[in-house]
Amino acid sequence: MEELDVEPAITNIPAASDGKHLGFAWGPGDILAYETLYMAPGCSFIHEVRKDEDIYSPILRKLFNESHHIFVGLQTIREDLPSKNKKTQFVSISKNYRSVIRACMEELQQVLQKWPRNMEIRYVSILLAIELIWNLCEVLFIDAAPAGPLLLHLLDWVRLHKGDVDEKAREVLQSESPAEHHDYWDVVVSYVLQGRFEEARQMLVKQATLQPAARNMYKLMDTLLSKMPFYNPGGTQTLTEFDVKWRHWHEEVDRCLQDNSFASNQHLEIICKILVGDEDTLLEHKELLSTWYHFLVTRLLFCHPTVKPTELHYYAQSCMTMFLDLRSVPEPLDSILLAAFEFDIHQVIKDCSIALNNWWFVAHLTDLLDHCKLLQSHNLHFGSNLREFLLLEYASGLFTHHSLWQLAVDYFDNCPEFGHVYLELQIERVPLDTERKALKVLRICEQRQMSEQVRSICKIMAMRALRNNRLGSALSWSIRAKDAAFATLISERFLQDYCARGTFSDLDLIDNLGPAMLLSDRLTFLVKYREFHKLYEENRFSEAAKLLLSLITAKIAPRSFWMTLLTDALPLLEQKEVSHSAHCPYLLLYHLTCLVYGFIVFCYGSSCKVDQLLTSLIKESVCRFAGLGPEGLGTPKV
Amino acid sequence: MCRTDRVPTAGILWLALVVIMFVARSIAADHKDLIHDVSYDFHGRRMATCSSDQSVKVWDRSENGEWHCTASWKTHSGSVWRVTWAHPEFGQVLASCSFDRTAAVWEEIVGESNDKQRGLSHWIKRTTLVDSRTSVTDVKFAPKHMGLMLTTCSADGVVRIYEAPDVMNLSQWSLQHEISCKLSCSCISWNPSSSRAHPPMFAVGSDDSNVTYGGKVQIYEYNENTRKYAKAETLMTVTDAVHDIAFAPNLGRSFHVLAIATKDVRIFKLVPMRSDRKESTSTGPTKLEVQIVAQFDNHNSQVWRVSWNITSTLLASSGDDGCVRLWKANYMDNWKCTGILKGDGSPLTSSSGQPTAMSTIVGSSVQTSQNALNGMSAGR
Repeated sequence: MEELDVEPAITNIPAASDGKHLGFAWGPGDILAYETLYMAPGCSFIHEVRKDEDIYSPILRKLFNESHHIFVGLQTIREDLPSKNKKTQFVSISKNYRSVIRACMEELQQVLQKWPRNMEIRYVSILLAIELIWNLCEVLFIDAAPAGPLLLHLLDWVRLHKGDVDEKAREVLQSESPAEHHDYWDVVVSYVLQGRFEEARQMLVKQATLQPAARNMYKLMDTLLSKMPFYNPGGTQTLTEFDVKWRHWHEEVDRCLQDNSFASNQHLEIICKILVGDEDTLLEHKELLSTWYHFLVTRLLFCHPTVKPTELHYYAQSCMTMFLDLRSVPEPLDSILLAAFEFDIHQVIKDCSIALNNWWFVAHLTDLLDHCKLLQSHNLHFGSNLREFLLLEYASGLFTHHSLWQLAVDYFDNCPEFGHVYLELQIERVPLDTERKALKVLRICEQRQMSEQVRSICKIMAMRALRNNRLGSALSWSIRAKDAAFATLISERFLQDYCARGTFSDLDLIDNLGPAMLLSDRLTFLVKYREFHKLYEENRFSEAAKLLLSLITAKIAPRSFWMTLLTDALPLLEQKEVSHSAHCPYLLLYHLTCLVYGFIVFCYGSSCKVDQLLTSLIKESVCRFAGLGPEGLGTPKV
Repeated sequence: MCRTDRVPTAGILWLALVVIMFVARSIAADHKDLIHDVSYDFHGRRMATCSSDQSVKVWDRSENGEWHCTASWKTHSGSVWRVTWAHPEFGQVLASCSFDRTAAVWEEIVGESNDKQRGLSHWIKRTTLVDSRTSVTDVKFAPKHMGLMLTTCSADGVVRIYEAPDVMNLSQWSLQHEISCKLSCSCISWNPSSSRAHPPMFAVGSDDSNVTYGGKVQIYEYNENTRKYAKAETLMTVTDAVHDIAFAPNLGRSFHVLAIATKDVRIFKLVPMRSDRKESTSTGPTKLEVQIVAQFDNHNSQVWRVSWNITSTLLASSGDDGCVRLWKANYMDNWKCTGILKGDGSPLTSSSGQPTAMSTIVGSSVQTSQNALNGMSAGR
């Protein structure tokens, strides 16, 4: 297969002088900002260049949302189902995708009726093409109809995509005298070309009533039309039997032609020639057929209704050649359809990728085809890699959008090789504009055990909160990040604040941390210290004293806080409640002593003088306590 | 014309999204002289620009996509060559480097509320790194998993790696490594991989124009045992001056990908070879097998910048031909140019963006009229 050398698209940047340097920087997603390096000072510009952003159209957004839903459902189809059941499901899913495309197109059409806009018109034609291609792929690849039903499916396909017949028919029927309408015969012939004989016959009746003299001719035509055999897939007739029947009918029509049965009526003669499959007559009606593939299907209908899938490409190629002018170059759509008729799935995907500026179509179609195991049966064994490549491209494109990025997550989840790492790289770049958004991102990361991303996001939020002096928020984020060092830092800030102002902030948070407080020693101290204050305020002095004691013994108090603890302890000792308890004050006293000793050693270093100072201090304090009030401390021991 | 390494298989599929782009917005940068560097912050919501006018400007993006300059200040006493953002885990921190032989670290201070309302912010200098005796040509932060580390390279051929041991105190930086590369340095790039299998690694490019000196790209790797950086590889095939260098994001691969801007665009694959752990010396760096993946001379002139997108699926390059080119690999790892941004010399008339290129798929063979749609609903 030849490598298609596609010319890169050139995007012109205004205001940058030809030949000057262009610098650039990659932005998030695909936004690329670059600068011009002007020689003239003072008028430099920075240009923000973007990919053509279909994702920013609100109507297309619905397409992305709904197809995402279908995609996720498709991934859950169980591998162990029998292939027949799977095929039905795949066809149904294919139809779902197509109905989503059509719904999108209808909405676009409504919008266009009110506000015709360049961008939306473009989408309409693109979506039309996409649906056309997808439908054909469904018929040929997914449904994979054999000879017989194949033609019927193709007829449906053509009918679905040539809607102007009904429009014209409506116009004709609504007129005063339909049979005399200038489009009348066009409608009849169009119906015949599409194999819609019932409708053709109904129309012809109108003409027949106007021409009683030609009644027999019209009756004959009516008979021919009614007798044309159509293969019934659900019936008992075999293909061979149908073929025989069809040939008989074909011969009958031919006889009518040879007998000049319709010679006196030019229109009926034309219809007869069409029925017999006369190529020249068909080609005379290029305008009504309007496309080579309509010509193809019509030709098959009247020449080879039992066409086999493997024979299609031969007819397709010749029809295209016959239909198109010698001068006209096949357009991208034509090549794609031709590749489909040739059952060259890879070529279809490749051509579609090149022609469209969005990966949506190829990604979803390839995914579906891959599930049908159609890519693997091809010579190239990297079918699944192709699927993943396209899904990754599509999903990456979604990530630049402020809300669609969430859809992308599911796509990455279903790319076994690179999905996870792509998600890691992309999700950490999602701007954390609000806390709510940050939590959303976090949830996604936590569900997927992306612990490094969780930590990083929490750290970023904690840092941001700290910079803005929102200590409570900073603390809760660092707890979530399990960042002990940062939690320590913030706890210190809390304690500093307390020392400076005498009160705590964010009490709600600190009081309800629960086991999270164990993240860092400093944090534990902060929580317990606050608890101590609470107990004190509530006059629960003995509990407060016990807590203070444990704080001191646990040695988690920062050195800077020892003086404060000391200061806190003293009034406690004066409380009756505390002093009544037999052991507590002595223990407290003992530990306070150690605390003081340690503090002094810390400040002044150890020495004889310090020891002397200390001993006298202790003596004095014990005496002082011993000398307290009539209740006293029990039997004081000096 | 491009030469790529081709994998010979029956039928190579080129799936190139031809990148159709349009100018969404143009911002008057207001620098009084040449802009040398533009750098997005990690989330793409802020931007820093630096210029020969010795200043740095910081821009913030509002919700409707408009960019506003929220700070502009003189940073050096010479042209500012590069500006770069630290990871947001470290706060709002910038580093700049200049012709004045210094590099500087800046931190944003949350200002008074009226400043915020007026949309202004203040940046203060946290430290000046004055060790270099010549122009400092590049400044980059190391990957965040290494802590807060800053790297500079200078025209005197020395790469310096600094570390801020206390992330909350950005005025304390210690010079951890000083590596002499022997050739004048123009650019550095860190390997972003945080995999435990990959020790810290960076690449240095030299713009020394003497082709007899051999490889202009050197790869250094950190050794856990010696606690030093040692040269792991020199790319001998790169003999012309190198202007920019960029490691691609890792994607969990075992090998590394490096893009180089020199007289053309080159992409190298560096494959670590560590067959037998016992054999490999613990004091030597990993042996790297060097393979060239692609080489493009489309610019037909010196290439000045190369840069990867987030997922390393697109490489952009800019050159003396005044174009920015975009390069993409298909899933068979064949690289091609998928887009070109070109100055057209026309003056800026409007600032709004209109898609200039349309999809080419639709021709006359598909009905585009409303009738077709009507028909479709009826025919269902």
